[in-house]
Amino acid sequence: MKPGKVKIIIDDKEILVDTRQTIMEAAKENGIEIPGLCYHPDLDVKANCRMCMVEVKGTRCPQTACTAVVQEGMEIKTKGQKINRLRKFNLELIFAQHLLECDDCVWKWNCLLLKYAKEYNVKKTRFPDRKKERPITQFGPIVFDQTKCIDCRNCVEVCPVNYLEVEGRGSDIGITPSRAKSCLLKKVEEKDCIHCGQCIVHCPVGAIETAGEFEYSERPFEAKKQGKILVAEFAPAVRSSLGEMFGMPYGEVVTGKVTAGLRKLGFDYVFDTSVSADFTTVEEAMELAERIKSGGKLPMFTSCCPSWVKYVEFYRPDLLPNLTIVRSPQIIMGGLLKTYFADRIKVDPRKLEVVSIMPCTAKKFESRRPELKIKDMYPVDFVLTTRELGNLFKKHKIDLKTIEPELLDDPFGMPSGAGIIYGTSGGVMEAALRTVYFLLCGKDLECANLEQVRGAEGIKCMMAEVPVLNKKIKVAVAAGMENARKLLKILDNNPSAYDYIEIMACPNGCVGGGGQPLPVDNVIRQKRSEALYGLDNASVIRLAHKNPVVMDVLKNYFTTEKLAHSVFHTGYKKKAKTKIMKLKNSRESIL
Amino acid sequence: MIIEKLKESGLKGRSGSCFPTWVKWEAVLKAKKKVGKCFVVCNAAEGEPAVFKDKYLLETYPEEIINGIKIAIETLDAEKAFIYLRNSYFKKFKKTLEKIIGNDPIELFAETGGYLCGEETTLMESVVGNRNEPRIRPPFPTEAGLFGFPTLINNVETFYSVSKIEKGQYSRTRFYCISGKVKNPGVFEFPEDMPIGEILEQTNNAPLFKYFVQVGGGASGGIMILEELFNPVEGAASIVVYDQVETNPRDLMRKWINFYYNQNCGKCVPCREGVYRLKEMLDSEESLNLPLVRAVLNVLGQFSFCPLGKGVAFSMKSLLERVELKK
Repeated sequence: MKPGKVKIIIDDKEILVDTRQTIMEAAKENGIEIPGLCYHPDLDVKANCRMCMVEVKGTRCPQTACTAVVQEGMEIKTKGQKINRLRKFNLELIFAQHLLECDDCVWKWNCLLLKYAKEYNVKKTRFPDRKKERPITQFGPIVFDQTKCIDCRNCVEVCPVNYLEVEGRGSDIGITPSRAKSCLLKKVEEKDCIHCGQCIVHCPVGAIETAGEFEYSERPFEAKKQGKILVAEFAPAVRSSLGEMFGMPYGEVVTGKVTAGLRKLGFDYVFDTSVSADFTTVEEAMELAERIKSGGKLPMFTSCCPSWVKYVEFYRPDLLPNLTIVRSPQIIMGGLLKTYFADRIKVDPRKLEVVSIMPCTAKKFESRRPELKIKDMYPVDFVLTTRELGNLFKKHKIDLKTIEPELLDDPFGMPSGAGIIYGTSGGVMEAALRTVYFLLCGKDLECANLEQVRGAEGIKCMMAEVPVLNKKIKVAVAAGMENARKLLKILDNNPSAYDYIEIMACPNGCVGGGGQPLPVDNVIRQKRSEALYGLDNASVIRLAHKNPVVMDVLKNYFTTEKLAHSVFHTGYKKKAKTKIMKLKNSRESIL
Repeated sequence: MIIEKLKESGLKGRSGSCFPTWVKWEAVLKAKKKVGKCFVVCNAAEGEPAVFKDKYLLETYPEEIINGIKIAIETLDAEKAFIYLRNSYFKKFKKTLEKIIGNDPIELFAETGGYLCGEETTLMESVVGNRNEPRIRPPFPTEAGLFGFPTLINNVETFYSVSKIEKGQYSRTRFYCISGKVKNPGVFEFPEDMPIGEILEQTNNAPLFKYFVQVGGGASGGIMILEELFNPVEGAASIVVYDQVETNPRDLMRKWINFYYNQNCGKCVPCREGVYRLKEMLDSEESLNLPLVRAVLNVLGQFSFCPLGKGVAFSMKSLLERVELKK
């Protein structure tokens, strides 16, 4: 017997596994599939769905594979007549609480329920649907359809602000957005959604989706029909994840293919949001250098994650002055297009329809912020998530796997490596530090790789030495709101603990965003991240301030502070709770 | 020492779990030594229909019960004990119990939910202030119970028996609840291995008509017919007598399922969905699709998260095996 290992027998196959593993984990590692719906490697085990029941020799009743820990000599049967029959009826009970709306579902290409239905010969309509009349609600860009919900509670657990709550008892149980009103006496806090969409990517049955996820994706083409010029920008994280929807390996880079696909869909120009990320970096680094030199408000927080900004605006308005005033790359690109680019190609900016492709659901919310308008125009007219673009490609028979890659358009088609790593947790920090160093020291870092802020840990910290000022800049990076709150707690106790902080609401940053392809777990997110670091490493230019487009445009176009301010900067205000709207059906979401 | 005495006495959990009491006590003692802190809980939730012996004991022998709890606190050097009471019991016995408790570290706690709160892990969630739902086991309450600390949880009658054992007055009896179509319902003390038929005889409750009984709880207990009454009671000590001619088995099933429908927590698929479907089928006018009822019962019995769902299957299946359904 090896230390730390035990021998178990699964379906007559003898395998050696780690002592602390559950049957589910051990099976998964050895390529044996045990069905499961409420099981998600990101989450605690709840054992609610009862699909992973297996027979263990010597026990009276079947055991849940997600809870039972392996033991030496354990004999496990994951299938067989008895267990399959029980699973079949368990599934039929689940189907009877899940209204089928398969053509309009985020899992339409890889639905687990349908897969199991086939495997266990399920009669999907054995019992009448019992949730037909349940409410469908929309809050911001998120639509929650209780008629599909199987009460597994993954969303309740994953929600970073506990906005989704379990209501009622027994068969009347339901998950609802929080309607709690603040009450100091009862210690009740009002809660609001921050639109991160983690509930969407952790719901096993597609009960939650983005507003208009299937119904409104074609809107940009209507604009084109009305004579608009269609311009696309796509975010860094899209390039290392969209391939998944077309059977490509996790982390495969598809920048050129996405570009080609977008042109085929009818886009006249395709640009890279990583380039506007370079603008963000330079602007933000200047702001940070200024705050440090002039004794401004520190720590400074990044603001490119709209969920994080919403969090501060709703939950921590005391921290509003700490947010950088620099706009996010998505918005800066929109602004550049409607000013500099429109002038360059000599068209009225109102003729441009700017569509961004984002790994994020909150970006939809960000794009509708009125304070971002430039000459009464929204910088970005329409936001598609990575998932929505994938579905559009499929609908229009564009196969990313076979399409020939094409080059992005000028002038915003050549990002620095720093702009590309914006898509992963720590990337904004690393990009900014490379430029801050230059701004403060007048020379570039010898090695651009800042390993301490890379990787999948929830909180990453480092001390950046700035020799010229004889000063150390203390920085921290958090991914996921739980980690963000930990950092905030440190700050509440010691406001000068850090000088600069990057926060992303989603695990691993934007690669783990709520608009990304399904399924997702830590391994998948890591591969998407690594691909971005690979691109950065292979880039000729790795520093935002060395990107010639950025320097040229900043120097020669944005000659007045007013113009620069209208495109690059913004402000924040305390926000009231988002209205919860009741919908008649999930296809009627309000944009 | 008391644990040795418990072992000799052969006392088993009087909630109906029939788990050897001394094993629990020893497990908590052991776990407590590791973490330095533990709790004691006296379970007086008594939520199952036709079971009312804890109420009788609280009424009749409150001193013995408190004494049993105090023995546990001393033996385990426990932080504190809770008596978890069904709401009506809390109202009824609060004053009497508080008087006996005096300055001892025993707190009365009024139940926050229904039947399910008698399930030990649900009870603990309830005390902590969470939703009334069962926990995943392991860890068992003996290792990580209330507030994450080792917790000894015993039924009211178990603590009563502990007190009797300590005083050397225990003679392997237990308290039986008799109800249903009988002349003389009530709570009666008899040896724990006395056959059901004899208990009915001795209490002057043996019917003259054709009957069957439900034993071990008025919802989750199994059905037994005349030929089986030489058995002693297993599980919760309740005997409900039904007139075999008068009783419509479908009505009886409906009664049970309504109880479960109102009491289940909604956590797991079999209970939340299965109980709903059984109710739907039983409430409809149509004749029962028995194979489908059996299939749903099997899922309940085999796949449920906690004993509540398993109980649904147990009583219904035992009824279906013994009594023919009328149209």
